[in-house]
Amino acid sequence: MIGVDRLTVTFGAVRALREVTLRAETGQITAVLGANGAGKTTLLRTISGLVTPRSGTVSLDERVLTRLKPEEIARLGVGHVPEGRGVIAEFTVEENLRLGAIVAKVPLEEGLAQQYEAFPVLGQRRKQHAAKLSGGERQMLAMARALIARPSVLLLDEPSLGLAPLVTAQLMATVAELCATSDLTVVLVEQNASSALRIAHHAVVLNVGSVVADASAAEVAADERLRQYYLGMVE
Amino acid sequence: MDGFLTSRVVTDILGGLTNGAIYGLVALSLVLVWRATRVLNFAQGAMPMFATYLGMGLLSYSWPYWVCVGVSLVAAFAIGAVTERVLVRPLYGKPEINPIVVMVGYLIILEAFAAAIWSTTPRSLPAPFSPIDWRLGGQPVGLSPFSLFEVVTALAVMGAIVVLFRYTRLGLQLRASALAPEVSRLLGVRVGRMLTLGWMLSTAVGAVTAILVASNFFTGLTPQLMDGIFAFGFIAAAVGGLDSPVGAVTSGIALGVVLQFVGDYLNSNAIILVALAILIVSLMVRPNGLLTRSAARRV
Repeated sequence: MIGVDRLTVTFGAVRALREVTLRAETGQITAVLGANGAGKTTLLRTISGLVTPRSGTVSLDERVLTRLKPEEIARLGVGHVPEGRGVIAEFTVEENLRLGAIVAKVPLEEGLAQQYEAFPVLGQRRKQHAAKLSGGERQMLAMARALIARPSVLLLDEPSLGLAPLVTAQLMATVAELCATSDLTVVLVEQNASSALRIAHHAVVLNVGSVVADASAAEVAADERLRQYYLGMVE
Repeated sequence: MDGFLTSRVVTDILGGLTNGAIYGLVALSLVLVWRATRVLNFAQGAMPMFATYLGMGLLSYSWPYWVCVGVSLVAAFAIGAVTERVLVRPLYGKPEINPIVVMVGYLIILEAFAAAIWSTTPRSLPAPFSPIDWRLGGQPVGLSPFSLFEVVTALAVMGAIVVLFRYTRLGLQLRASALAPEVSRLLGVRVGRMLTLGWMLSTAVGAVTAILVASNFFTGLTPQLMDGIFAFGFIAAAVGGLDSPVGAVTSGIALGVVLQFVGDYLNSNAIILVALAILIVSLMVRPNGLLTRSAARRV
């Protein structure tokens, strides 16, 4: 479980998050939605320690994460797949995965075998440089690299960005399956609200740094006002 | 055959390879630090010089030679670590000129301290192997047991660095920290430690170089020991590409051979001029280095 309590983040005079409070339950997908600049990425970066909040706390189960270094938070089991995916282009597919496995508790070979089974295309391309992968393959690599460490929490930042709808659908199905088969807590940041709401259990809508809605995914999806004003879902 | 092996050309090539191995090591140590922390370390010669004084100075207390070498390496690791933590860390993310100014100042301070403590009189270090050239049919071949030792040591150090970076978990983390620090931290890599380790390794490579240079009968150990060598190593690193360890080492060796011919056939005063001309031409033609892929690197 990830708990965010009255989190405020400022960059100079700009207030990126204002008193944001939310919970991402264990074994569930919590979607964080909102327009560009709503503070979604800042929220994830604060959870994983890249951004230090001005006030408020982030906790993993009972443990307060605020002010720990990102590498220590990662070692506690928080996996973060950053926006733009962050695969290391100069590394081969396998080197990227080996890097992800640095903090893993299972043996490297076992972890690699698992990820190649889950994402067969990565197995076929294990010796290739990540620079040669397509956008969808890079996203898979970024996910596999986070998952090989067996995190208890997975933070996904705009996984659908720049992907074809079919690839996005496959990816979302993979996330949903992961969540259903393990106790993984997923925080899914998306601009593409409809595909996120399809798999999420819970949804939080941010607008200029504040929470404007916090409800089940079904309720958010059914709320005409939210859809129109904050999610840009106009039929 | 004997005539060929003792010919002027072969002698120059062998002598050039020996010098080039040293330039290659200096270039490699510069690249290690540049890749990890984007700092052009102008004290790259002075830091190992200091470590060499600390370690090899124990020879006067009749400590065994190889123990002194070991102490020099440990001192180099320590100097590298302290320098990165205390002097360099506050400079990350600052304008590029800041670390340059700080490192030049550090160079001057280290050399002044060394002179104050140990004086500027050269101390001769015993060469662990004979520095007298082998002879074939009465003619020197341009290679002595010591210069062979220099080349073998240089190749062994370069090989060890390659194995460390390519094939080990630690090497993977060192490379990742240099290429993508933020992503590495998100994956649990302790990037700060990796950067410190990069400086430690680089200073240790430098100490190996400094000991080899100081063991040369004609130089001996002085506070300015590495100044000239640093210049050639720097040129080699710039020509080969500051991001490319292979490029730095290769161009170091090539530079050694070319300059040996220049010194022998032209004039030894022309060596530094030719070296600078090579630097200027290569910066005009391939500003990123001969062996760096020319595409901009995405960090």
